[in-house]
Amino acid sequence: MTATETSQGAAPTTTRRLTTAKAMSEGIAQEMAANPEVFYLGEDVGAYGGIFGSTGGLLDQFGPQRVIDTPISETAFIGLAVGAATEGMRPIAELMFVDFMGVCLDQIYNHMAKIHYESGGNVKVPMVLTTAVGGGYSDAAQHSQCLWGLFAHLPGMKVVVPSTPYDAKGLMISAIRDDNPVVYMFHKGVMGLPWMAKNPRATDVVPEEAYEVPIGKARIARPGTDCTVVTISLSVHHATDVADRLAADGVADAEVIDLRSLVPLDRESIWESVARTGRLVVVDEDYLSFGMSGEVVATVTDRDPSVLRAPVQRVAVPDVPIPYARGLEHAVLPNAGRIEAAIRAVVGA
Amino acid sequence: MSDLASPRGPAGPRSVPPGGEAIDFVQLLTPDGARKRPAEYPLDVDADTLRGFYRDLVLLRRFDTEATALQRHGELGLWAPLLGQEAAQIGAGRALAPQDFAFPTFREHGLTWCRGVDPAQVLALFRGASLGGWDPAVHNLHLYSIVIGTQVLHAAGYAMGIQRDGHVGTGDPARDTAVLACFGDGATSQGDVNEAFVFASVFNLPVVFFCQNNQFAISEPNQRQSRIPLYRRASGFGFPGVRVDGNDVLAVYAVTRDALDRARRGEGPTFIEAYTYRMGAHTTSDDPSRYRPTGELEHWQQLDPIDRLVEYLLLTQTGDERYFAEIAAEADALGVRVREACRSIPNPLPESMFDHVHVEPHAQVDADRAWFRAYQSSFETAGGAA
Repeated sequence: MTATETSQGAAPTTTRRLTTAKAMSEGIAQEMAANPEVFYLGEDVGAYGGIFGSTGGLLDQFGPQRVIDTPISETAFIGLAVGAATEGMRPIAELMFVDFMGVCLDQIYNHMAKIHYESGGNVKVPMVLTTAVGGGYSDAAQHSQCLWGLFAHLPGMKVVVPSTPYDAKGLMISAIRDDNPVVYMFHKGVMGLPWMAKNPRATDVVPEEAYEVPIGKARIARPGTDCTVVTISLSVHHATDVADRLAADGVADAEVIDLRSLVPLDRESIWESVARTGRLVVVDEDYLSFGMSGEVVATVTDRDPSVLRAPVQRVAVPDVPIPYARGLEHAVLPNAGRIEAAIRAVVGA
Repeated sequence: MSDLASPRGPAGPRSVPPGGEAIDFVQLLTPDGARKRPAEYPLDVDADTLRGFYRDLVLLRRFDTEATALQRHGELGLWAPLLGQEAAQIGAGRALAPQDFAFPTFREHGLTWCRGVDPAQVLALFRGASLGGWDPAVHNLHLYSIVIGTQVLHAAGYAMGIQRDGHVGTGDPARDTAVLACFGDGATSQGDVNEAFVFASVFNLPVVFFCQNNQFAISEPNQRQSRIPLYRRASGFGFPGVRVDGNDVLAVYAVTRDALDRARRGEGPTFIEAYTYRMGAHTTSDDPSRYRPTGELEHWQQLDPIDRLVEYLLLTQTGDERYFAEIAAEADALGVRVREACRSIPNPLPESMFDHVHVEPHAQVDADRAWFRAYQSSFETAGGAA
C-alpha cells in the first residue's frame, strides 16, 4: 500500500465493524491458527484477555500451551521469547505497559535487537513485542507514557504503532510474519475499550480474511493542500477531527499523515507531502525533546529546508513526567486545542 | 544484606581456602586418582573414552594457554582464561547429545571445543574481528554471552520451543532434546538467572542449569553472592540441585549426563553446581593477586583436573608415558595452528558494519552505508588515504 491510498483502499469485502482491540486479537488468532510456531505470552493475557483487550478469546481458541500467563517477571518472558525465537518459534510477548520497559530493557535492546547482527546474520529473532502506550485516563507518570521515540532510536528492531482497526490487524499480521523483532505499540485510547474515552474511529470496517499492512509505509489519513500534519497513534484521530473542522470552517485544508511505522520511517511520504504543502505540523504524544517530532522535521530540513514557507510547529508532551491530576495531564497531551492552534499558526490564520 | 548478617563474618578475602573446608559433592575421581563409585551416578567408561577425556583436557588447556599468550603479544584484545575449569567444561560438553543445544558464557572454550567450533572462530571475537564467530545452528551452540546471566533466559526460552515442538519425553533417543544453560557463580545473583529458574520450574522445561562455581565474580568471592551453597538454591525453585567436584571430569560427565537425560525424558530442570576454581585471571585485564588470598591458588593446584586423570590412567594402565608424549606433541601442533590461525583472521571491511542490522535491506541503514561510502571515498579522491 502506498501513502496515497487510504487504509481501506484494499476494497473491503465486508462491512463488518470491529474495535481496534478485536481487530488486533483477530490478526493474532489467524496467524496462530495458520502457524503452530506462533504463541503469545505475557501477564494476564489468558483468561483476562489482556488488560487492554489485546488477546480476547485467544485462550479459549488455543489453550494454555499457546496463550501463556507468565510469572510476573518481564525480563524473564521477554528473554524467553528471544530464546524461543532463536529456536524457530515466532513468539509474541506482551509487555503490559511500555513504562515497564525499564525492568527488561537489557533483554530488548541488547539481545532481541542485536542477536541477528552479532551472529553475522546467522540467527534470526522473529518475535513481536506488544505493549500498551499512552495516557489520557489519569494513570500518572509510570503508566501513561508513549516512549516510541526511545525504541525507534535503538537499532535492530522495527517499530509499528497502529491507529485504526484495519491497521491494527494488518500490522499485527505483518509483524508476526516478519523475520525481524518488531515492537508493536498500541495506544489504549485507540482500542475501543468500554472504559476509555472512545474515538469513533476506534471501531471500523475490518476484512475477515488475513491481510498484511506493510511495515514502513505511512498512509494519508486525510488528504489536504494547505499544510501537512505528521502524526501517529491516537493523535491521528485528534488531528483528523481538527482538520475536518477547520476545513469546514474555511480556515485550512490540512493533510494528515499517519506514519503507522517509526522503523522503518517512511521519509518519502513525509517529504512528498511537505514539499507539496510547504507547511509542517508534527503531533506526537511522546516527549518533545530528542524524539519523533525532531526526526520528522529533520527529514524535511536535511533534504531541503527551503520548501518550508513557515516555521514548523511541534505539538508534543513537554519535557515533564506525565502529571496525575486530570487538568494537568490534559494540558500536556496533544489535544485538539493545541493541534488547532498549531495548524492556525503554520498557515498564518 | 549487611556484613553482620553473614554467618561467616564480612565477605572479603577468605581466611580459609574453600577447598580446605569440608565440601560435600559428587566425586568419582579423587585428587590422588582413586576411583569412587557413588551409587546414584554409575559410570562405566571404556579406555578410549578415558583417553579421550585426557586428550580434551590437555588440548583445551593448551588452546587456552596459547590464547592468553596471544593476548600478551597484542594479538587479542582480551581473553577470558579457563585455566582450572577444563574438567567442568569437558565433562559437561561431552555429556551433550548431538541434538542438544547449549548456551555458553564467554569463558566456555571447553564447550566450543566439544561442539567442534574452530579455535580461530572463537578467537575472532577476542581479536575484535567479529561480534560472534560461528553459526550456532551448525554447532548447536549459541554465541558467547557477554552480558552476565542473560543467556540463561534464552536457554529456557529455547527449551520452551523444544517443548512446543514435542521433542521431549518421546522415548526416542535421537529426538528427545535438552538445553544446557551455562553460567557462573556471580550470575546466580542476577535477576535473569533467577527468573529463568522460576519459568523452567513452573513450565517443567527441558533445561539443565550448569553453574561453574569458580569462586570469584571478578574480585568478589562467593560469599558475596550467597550464604548457602549455590546448589541448594534449586530446592526453593522446586527442582533438584546437585554439587559436583568440578575438577573431576568423570563426575561432571556423569552428573550432567544424568541431568540431561532427565530433562529429555520430560522430568524438568536440574541445577548443577560444578565446584571448581579459576586459576587464572577473570580476564587478561585484571590481576588476581589483588584479590586472591595467599595460598589459595597453591591449594587448588593440588586439585588439578588433569593431574588426577593422569594418575588414574597410570593406575589403570590406560595410558602410559608414550601416550602422554603423543598428546603433548598434538598439543604443540595445536599451539602452532592456533597462533597461525589467530594472526590470519582477516580484519572486517569497514562497510560490513552496516550488514545484518535487519534481516532484509533497510532504507535507513542503506542510507547510512551510502553516506559512509561517500565519506570514505572522499579521502581516496583527495589522495589522503595511505
